[in-house]
Order: sequence, then C-alpha cells, then structure tokens
Amino acid sequence: MKTTYRECVRQALREALLRDPRVFLMGEDVGRYGGCYACSKGLLDELGPERVRDTPLSESAFVGAGIGAALGGMRPIVEIMTCNFSLLALDQILNNAATLRHMSGGQFEVPVVIRMATGAGRQLAAQHSHSLEGWYAHIPGLRVVAPGTLEDARGMLPTALADPDPVLIFENALLYNLAGELSEGAGAVDIDHACVRRPGRDVSLVTYGGSLPKTLAAAELLAAEGISAEVLDLRVLRPLDGAAILATVDKTKRLVVVDEGWRSVSLAAEIVARVAEEGFFSLDAPPVRVCSEEVPIPYPKHLEDAALPQVPKIVRAARQVLHG
Amino acid sequence: MSELTRERGLRLLREMLRIRRFEERCAELYQAEKIRGFLHLYIGEEAIAAGVMPELGPDDAVVATYREHGHALARGVAMNAVMAEMYGKWEGASRGRGGSMHIFDAATRFYGGNAIVGGGLPLAVGLALADALQQRPRVTACFFGDGAVAEGEFHESLNLAALWKLPVLFLCENNLYAMGTALERAQSQVDLVAKAASYALPAARVDGMDVVDVGDATRSAVAAIRRGEGPRFVELATYRFRAHSMFDAELYRTKAEVATWRARDPIALLRQRLDLGEAATAALDAEVVGEVDAAVAFAEAGSWEPVERLTTDVYARRPP
Ligand SMILES: Cc1ncc(C[n+]2csc(CCOP(=O)(O)OP(=O)(O)O)c2C)c(N)n1
Ligand SMILES: [Mg+2]
Repeated sequence: MKTTYRECVRQALREALLRDPRVFLMGEDVGRYGGCYACSKGLLDELGPERVRDTPLSESAFVGAGIGAALGGMRPIVEIMTCNFSLLALDQILNNAATLRHMSGGQFEVPVVIRMATGAGRQLAAQHSHSLEGWYAHIPGLRVVAPGTLEDARGMLPTALADPDPVLIFENALLYNLAGELSEGAGAVDIDHACVRRPGRDVSLVTYGGSLPKTLAAAELLAAEGISAEVLDLRVLRPLDGAAILATVDKTKRLVVVDEGWRSVSLAAEIVARVAEEGFFSLDAPPVRVCSEEVPIPYPKHLEDAALPQVPKIVRAARQVLHG
Repeated sequence: MSELTRERGLRLLREMLRIRRFEERCAELYQAEKIRGFLHLYIGEEAIAAGVMPELGPDDAVVATYREHGHALARGVAMNAVMAEMYGKWEGASRGRGGSMHIFDAATRFYGGNAIVGGGLPLAVGLALADALQQRPRVTACFFGDGAVAEGEFHESLNLAALWKLPVLFLCENNLYAMGTALERAQSQVDLVAKAASYALPAARVDGMDVVDVGDATRSAVAAIRRGEGPRFVELATYRFRAHSMFDAELYRTKAEVATWRARDPIALLRQRLDLGEAATAALDAEVVGEVDAAVAFAEAGSWEPVERLTTDVYARRPP
C-alpha cells in the first residue's frame, strides 16, 4: 500500500493506543492541533483527552511526568516537538530516565518512549536545526533509535513500548513526507540491529535517519561510475550494532560515515574509532566522515546546504577512500 | 491617562503602520519564496511594541522572541536591515545568519530574536544584573508570550529578578494561544498577574490593543525600575490576527472569535481617536508604503555571503 513516513508514525501511535490501555500520548499540541508535524492528527477525537494529552510548554515537567508515569506502571509515549526543545528536559532524561534502574540497584524501571523530530534542511536557523541524537547516544541507560524508512517508522514504536527501558525515537523532520510502499502486514521490527539497505563490494557507506535517502542516492550515482557501494543503515544508535559495522567494513575494506551531527566528538567519530580499534586490519584506506560543518546552522539556503551532508559530498568521499 | 497630543498620536500610528505594512509584505514575499523558514507575524499586536519602545532610552536593552519584527522596527533597527535579514542577505541585521526569528542589533541594544520559548527571560535577568553590578541606570525590557509562562525559565527568572531587585521590565504578550493551545488549557491559574505577583514584584494588566495605554503603563513601570525599585511585570492583553506561523490551519479557534478581536484592531482604534482627515491619512500611508518598497528593493539588491565564509562568527578567533 502507498503511504508516507508521517502516516506510518500516526498508524503506529494509533495502534499502540488502541492495543494497550497503559499507553498514552502526551506533548505540546499533540491533541487539538494534531501534532506540529500532524503525526497525531485525529487521535484526540478518536481516543479522547485522557489518552491524547496536550501539555503546556513545560518540557522538563511533562517529560519528567512521563518518566514518573512509567515508574508507576504506565507506558507513556512522550512527544517533544523537536530535539531542540528537548534540552529543557535533558536533566529529566539524563539524570532520571537513564539512571533510575541503576541507582536503585535494579529495583525500578522506566519503560517510557520519548519521540522527537530532529535535523536541519528547512532554513529554520540555528536554534531549530540541531541533530542531537548523537548526544543522547552517549548516555548509558538509554536506547536510541532513528527510523530512516517507512517500515521502521511503522515498526519501531511497538518494539520500543515493549522494551523495559527508556527508548528515544528520533524522526528526521525531512522524512515525514517520504512516500513509498509499505506491505499490508507491516508491524513491529527489531530495535537491536543495523540493516544493509543496499549491498555492495567496494566501499561501505554507514549512515542512519535523515541521511539515509541522501546516502542511497549517492550509492546510485556511484553505481553509474562503476563503484559498488554498500549502504548500512545503523537504525539503532545506542547500543550500536558493532558487529554489523565491522562486517561491512570487512567486506568492502573501505569506510565512509555519513552523519548530520557535527563532526567533532560525534557519533561518526565513535564509529570510526570502533573500526580503528576492532577492524583496523580490514581497512585498505583511511576512513572518511561526511558530517555537518562546525557551525550553528545558518538561515540562508546556500549556507545551510553547504553546512550539511549532501549527495555530492558523499560521492566525493567515496571516491576519496577508493582512489585517495 | 495622559492627554494624547496629535504629535504623539501620529508617531504611534506611524510606528504601528510601519510594522503592519512591513509584515503584510513579508507574507507576500513568503508566498513568493523570497522569505523562507518560519515566519511568525505580529499583525494585531503592533500596539505593544509601538507603545513600549518610545518609553525606553537608547541605553536600555530589549530581549524579544521569534515574533519580533515589530519589536525590532519600533526599537529603531533600520527597516532595510530587517528586510534584508528576512531574505538571508549579507546586508541583514544579523548578516543573514539568523533570518526572521533571529534579528539582532548591537547599536540599539536589541538582543534578539530568541526562538526557544522562554529562552530570553534568563538572558534579560543577566543583562539587568550586569547593569546593577555596574551601577548603570538602565532597564532591560523582556518580551515573551503567554506560552512562556508555563516554562520553568519564566518562574526561575521572575524569582531571581525580584530576589535581587534587578531592573527588568517583564512584558507578557498574552494573545491567548501558544500555537494551538489556549491559555486555559495550559494554565491552572489563568490570571497571569496573580501568578507574577506571587514572586513579590508589582504586576499589572493593560489593554494591549490601546497603544496609548501601553505607552502610559510602560512609562510608569520604567520610571519605577529606574528609581531602583526592582523588576515589574506587565501583562498585555492582545490577539494575533494571523496564523501562528505560515503552516497553521487554525483549527483551534473560531472565525467569530478572530472577528471579535479584529474589531478592536489597534490601528483602527487609534485612527478613530486621532481623526486625522483624509489627506493626512493618505500621506502617512504613502510614506509608510514607500519605506517598505525601499526596504524590499534594498533586500533584493543585497548580496549572498560567500560560501567560503561558512564557518565565520563561530569564535572570535577563527579556529585553524
Ligand atoms: C522550548 C520550546 N518549546 C516549544 C517550541 C515550539 N513553539 C514555538 S512558538 C510556540 C508557542 C509559543 O506561544 P507564546 O509563548 O504564547 O507566544 P506566541 O507565539 O503566542 O507569540 C511553540 C510551542 C519552542 N520554540 N520552544
Ligand atoms: Mg501566545
């Protein structure tokens, strides 16, 4: 069936709410407004204000309340409009959600799901264009996922809800309009493994989320040049599927990492470090990272485009690891 | 209420008209894709910025939100620079880097242009703290919406400013909605004056559609703050006539409600009161439209900052 990423998220939310009375959705403008990206359109009418809860602009309080409700036996889905505003709730996520199991010696658990939009590319300027999933992937105690396909937008949520630990879902805002085919029976998917989206022999392009379509487009262009690129979609940013990363590098001997986060001290840096530590002798060339430039994202289109990973940059990086 | 002289009335009317016509043109330019990103219009709320700014001195500071074109214009940031910023041109107030939501101007002590709801309040407290520590008789005017009142930063900032008796004028533009969320669905206590007063600072409510009332209330609050009496809170009752941003179907409010508020258009109210006559009205309109036309021409003629400069202005010294 033809659908969109946005509709997949909506269907996943709807199904979760219908299936389990412990599940409720809460966040700013998720109800009456239908969600700032229209992901919860119609759900308030169908399920009522107990289950689809509009909150005031109080990120710290309602994220913390979601964590508390999870402690209390509920299965909350908390929506933060965008990761930019999640910083107001960072204390709750880092100091409560991620630590309570450990600090309590395993007595308590926090089965909360926190969803948020991430990413740049819409000329929204610095404060609305962050990609912070790499920051969250730094934190032990959290599981961090980044659906980059329709299947994952549809299927990661139910698995996240079944997880006894806090799961953060990062939805790149540019993906909401992504359209394509989804099989009728599509449902829960694993949130443990990376996935090869395009097999190849010559170079591994490792990416996730909003950079996945760009990376697949680059692989297509490379194919036209006779370069066979393998595209690995990480899907899960914490815990990383290290085996899948090592396996693709072992196969192609060459690595390019594509990540919309800033380059320094980043998720991309972690991936390269792991390969250096555990797959060094597989490599035939130094790895290359295609990341955002070290600048807050500027408003004008030409500067924003220049700041972000783009298809031509990915193509150039692949040529570089192949031909030096 | 002070008597309204023709001169003051005209000045206030001109300021509101500048904002209105500027933003109407921005909406057109958005459709034409000259302006991109988010665009939040202030149309309907002009009496606040136009009323407040003349009561501040050149050394005072202003902190605003992402709905700040009106504040920037009324504060005296050149319309050319504001329009060029809307385009993202190098000649813009923030050199194009910020766009609609991030207008900054050191010359007029205009500290943005903050797109994180509530994010400006602690900044305003700090600016005022700097003035207090250096014994400068300055005031920091901090604008924010009703939505910001739900954020912890509102409460923490009011408390800190009152506790330390800092020279901040907190100006809450209560337009009854935060995006699609009505005030009564966000606040257990919808009386924002009572809420602010709980931090032990004088708080008042003013008709934000009456530019003269706004000016008078600001004048007395600023005078008290300058006398060293500590911060003040003013709630300005207002309404945005347009959508929250350019992507808003406005499902959360009725056309009738919008019409009721439009009937209290601050510009129409002042026009009525001034009774300028046709010739003077036409002359003023023509003058304002001329300024907007010139600003568009300026922005169109502006340049794009070279891509080679992408990573400038991240640090004082450009890293190697
Ligand atoms: C911390 C934070 N949360 C959410 C948002 C998204 N957002 C932008 S404007 C807005 C509504 C703010 O309403 P209000 O403070 O009343 O100001 P108004 O837009 O009415 O002028 C929201 C929810 C944001 N920018 N920052
Ligand atoms: Mg408001």
